[in-house]
Amino acid sequence: MKYTYKDFKSDQEVRWCPGCGDHAVLAAMQRAMPRVAEALGYEKERFVVVSGIGCSSRLPYYMDTYGFHGIHGRATAISTGIKVANPSLNVWQACGDGDALAIGGNHFIHAIRRNIDINIILFNNQIYGLTKGQYSPTSKFGAITKTSPYGTVEHPFNPGSLVLGAKGTFFARGLDTELKLNEEIMVSAATHNGTSVVEMLTNCVIFNDGAHSSISGRETKADRTIVLRHGQKMIFGKNRDKGLILDGLRLKVVTIGEKGITEDDILTHDAHNDNIGIHMMLADMKYPEYPVALGVIRDVADVTYDGGVRMQAEQVTAKAKIHCVDDLLRSGSTWEVR
Amino acid sequence: MQHKVIDAKDVVIRFAGDSGDGMQLTGSLFANMSAVYGNELSTFPDFPAEIRAPHGTLSGVSGFTVHIGSEHISTPGDYCDMLVAMNPAALKTNARWLKRTALVLIDEDAFDDQGLAKAGFKGNPFTELKIEDRTIVSSPITSLTFESLKDSGLDHKAIGRCKNMFTLGMACFIYSRPIEYIYTYIENKFGKKHPELVAPNKKALFDGYNYASNIQAIPNTYHIEPAHVKPGLYRNITGNQAIAWGLLAAAEKSGLRLFCGSYPITPATAILEELALHKSLGATTLQAEDEIAGICTAIGAAYAGDLAVTTTSGPGLSLKSEAMGLAVMTELPIVIVDVQRAGPSTGIPTKTEQTDLNQVLYGRNGECPLVVMAAHSPANCFDAAFNAAKIALEHMTPVVLLSEGFLGNGSEPWRIPSMSDYPEIRPPYARQSDEGKFHPFERDPETMARRWAVPGQKGFEHRVGGLEKNHEGVLSSAPDNHAVMVRERAEKVARVADSIPLLAVDGPAEGHLLVVGWGGTFGHIGSAVSQVRLSGVDVSYAHFDYINPLPKNTADVFSRFDRILVCELNSGHFAGYLRTVLPQFDYLQYNKVEGQPFLVQELAEAIEKVLQERSGHNGVSEN
Repeated sequence: MKYTYKDFKSDQEVRWCPGCGDHAVLAAMQRAMPRVAEALGYEKERFVVVSGIGCSSRLPYYMDTYGFHGIHGRATAISTGIKVANPSLNVWQACGDGDALAIGGNHFIHAIRRNIDINIILFNNQIYGLTKGQYSPTSKFGAITKTSPYGTVEHPFNPGSLVLGAKGTFFARGLDTELKLNEEIMVSAATHNGTSVVEMLTNCVIFNDGAHSSISGRETKADRTIVLRHGQKMIFGKNRDKGLILDGLRLKVVTIGEKGITEDDILTHDAHNDNIGIHMMLADMKYPEYPVALGVIRDVADVTYDGGVRMQAEQVTAKAKIHCVDDLLRSGSTWEVR
Repeated sequence: MQHKVIDAKDVVIRFAGDSGDGMQLTGSLFANMSAVYGNELSTFPDFPAEIRAPHGTLSGVSGFTVHIGSEHISTPGDYCDMLVAMNPAALKTNARWLKRTALVLIDEDAFDDQGLAKAGFKGNPFTELKIEDRTIVSSPITSLTFESLKDSGLDHKAIGRCKNMFTLGMACFIYSRPIEYIYTYIENKFGKKHPELVAPNKKALFDGYNYASNIQAIPNTYHIEPAHVKPGLYRNITGNQAIAWGLLAAAEKSGLRLFCGSYPITPATAILEELALHKSLGATTLQAEDEIAGICTAIGAAYAGDLAVTTTSGPGLSLKSEAMGLAVMTELPIVIVDVQRAGPSTGIPTKTEQTDLNQVLYGRNGECPLVVMAAHSPANCFDAAFNAAKIALEHMTPVVLLSEGFLGNGSEPWRIPSMSDYPEIRPPYARQSDEGKFHPFERDPETMARRWAVPGQKGFEHRVGGLEKNHEGVLSSAPDNHAVMVRERAEKVARVADSIPLLAVDGPAEGHLLVVGWGGTFGHIGSAVSQVRLSGVDVSYAHFDYINPLPKNTADVFSRFDRILVCELNSGHFAGYLRTVLPQFDYLQYNKVEGQPFLVQELAEAIEKVLQERSGHNGVSEN
């Protein structure tokens, strides 16, 4: 490979709190980039990392690429402008749950609707960290935070449902501690043509420590999460004996070898299936009823906005009678004064 | 009645009717035809925000004013020589604009009991409005149109829509206009998609013309000689169209693609619509999900190396404020076009004002200066947009270009320039030869502009953002660094003054009174000043196209006059700004905030008042 992770490490001092999940996501990203460069045949100068505001949005400073640290919630709009202006760039975006889903919710769903070819890493720690501990749109119902001292009385967003509800073409979920998996997911996101959203479940050690601990514990992780890979059986568990089947219109966890269930009964993951229903169910799975799905849940091909813009411009230009501003100024109704 | 043909120097015609009556089209056709005929002209559409307000009501009246003449015309005119009123509501809302000698043409079919009641008339509308002394031509235009087109094969509704053509035919007769131009227009408009409409529209126009020539009710017709204008190729252009084209011209002269990220908003939308047509000239338009995304996509596109613009009006500008600060902080070249409308809040979206000046000068957090300029006429919007883009690109700064609803929707004939007369635009790109690591906020010692490195350029990887940085592009919250960066960003904007024209004075370079204006009031103030001069007094006029920074000679110009009268369509934003930046002078004000342009007459009176009270206390507010 032409590059190593060191090529993507900037000389800036990383200032996240010790133990913050963001460190691991950054490491995965720096490791994924050489593979992405290889897969796409891109030079390093074609990588741009954009962010909004929040702890995770400091990320562009730590990547030795072109970078744009935007304003709160607007990273998606800035990324969109960059990609439309120059589709040959590989655009990455780092944003948090508050940034992308509260103040920037509008831009987030519209980028997905347009299917613009950008890669959004959504750091979901279920809390506002940089402002020191207020609830976010992904905080659990009843969460006690500085602005909800008696518990929230509002439902959280599930980022996956939001992405898929907006007809997203790519959704994946990672867990901060899963370095290898995250690297793999990021390469898949980069090679997907269209908006890729990767929800990274991250831990805020200061204001929301253990937000994902019910599924991230070393001992319990294998039983409480399932890593989905296209074309592979939906099997999980420490003993690889649990799986998912369809029971009527619902997913159901079963144990292989019990009640006559064999491996053949277990669903095979089809990330490329255009039908959003099963992907929605997988993205929605919550512990303890289900394992939480990690990996690439959906990856389907569709036309992209930036591709459409360029194609339309070429088609119109091929037929156009106006090729320069002088042509334009003299087009339509004019008259000569002698 | 003895029919006379009168030679007129200029006439003002106002077409008014229900918002579904097609008055905007009728007026603009009359204007275009007059332009082709060779007259000077200016137009002013005045329409309600409702697309189809309740039929026949005062709020649903849509008007279009055309001022044509054989000499220079710089405003749509205050009072009209002819009012076409398609219903009683149109008569009522426009009666105050009638000259003493005006002709009023009404569709008497619409003046039935129901129509009169909807407009709130109790008896004779002319008596109630005290306009019974005007020449009233009452014609059953609706029934005549139905009679004219009874064999056309069109249904009732479609025939009803042709009454504006019948009316236009009558107007063409009264003002001796050749109707062939409109025939061509009708053929081009309907020929392909609705060929069945071509013949009926032509017939309605033709029959209207003949009807007007046959009835004895029209006392005089008018002849307006073509104007002696500079030879060349001309076209009509609206301010919004001219802004779009000026931006395309700047893209061509800079060799960049044009990116426009915008959200539809009255009265700026037509710029986005126009740019969307011109993909063959390298324009990309992105209709964003909101105003904020409009400017943020533009900022992204500027970072990626495009000539990036966003277009909006006052409420949209409010939403963009934070992102404008980001553009100031990242020092990226974007053009923000604000076609001002009556505010605050939603205000009166279709009416014109100059009430966003304070917002663009001061409406951001932090020390956040950017370049502010203003267009002064519909055709001038072309040069203004070109210059806005040139400054943005060469000085690496956001530029706000202020237009107004009056300019955006108004039109005037424009002598088509050649692009060879426009300068090249040369942004300060980071050069491959620059040695060592790229420092994004190091500056050109002359302009203070930073260098522009664009993603894809090898070896120039760098980060920009809203956080304060040092020259190397490294985050810094050091007090002295912040002070330096604040000062340098301001100095960069101030030095734009080295690249803009000096302030010109119309009239004597010194004297008793200097009238000052900015933006779209140019035609009205200029006409008022000319009118005052007819009485033999000296009065000078200076119009500002550049507001921040001001032209370098502004203080020098001001110092040569005893008094300065600042006229603007707000409560005194520019006057207040001048008091801040040039506090050594006293400023008199003349202000109007009615959602309407100035009247030449009211400005002339205000100027005369100052001149008369040259020694004592003046009646114009001085604060």
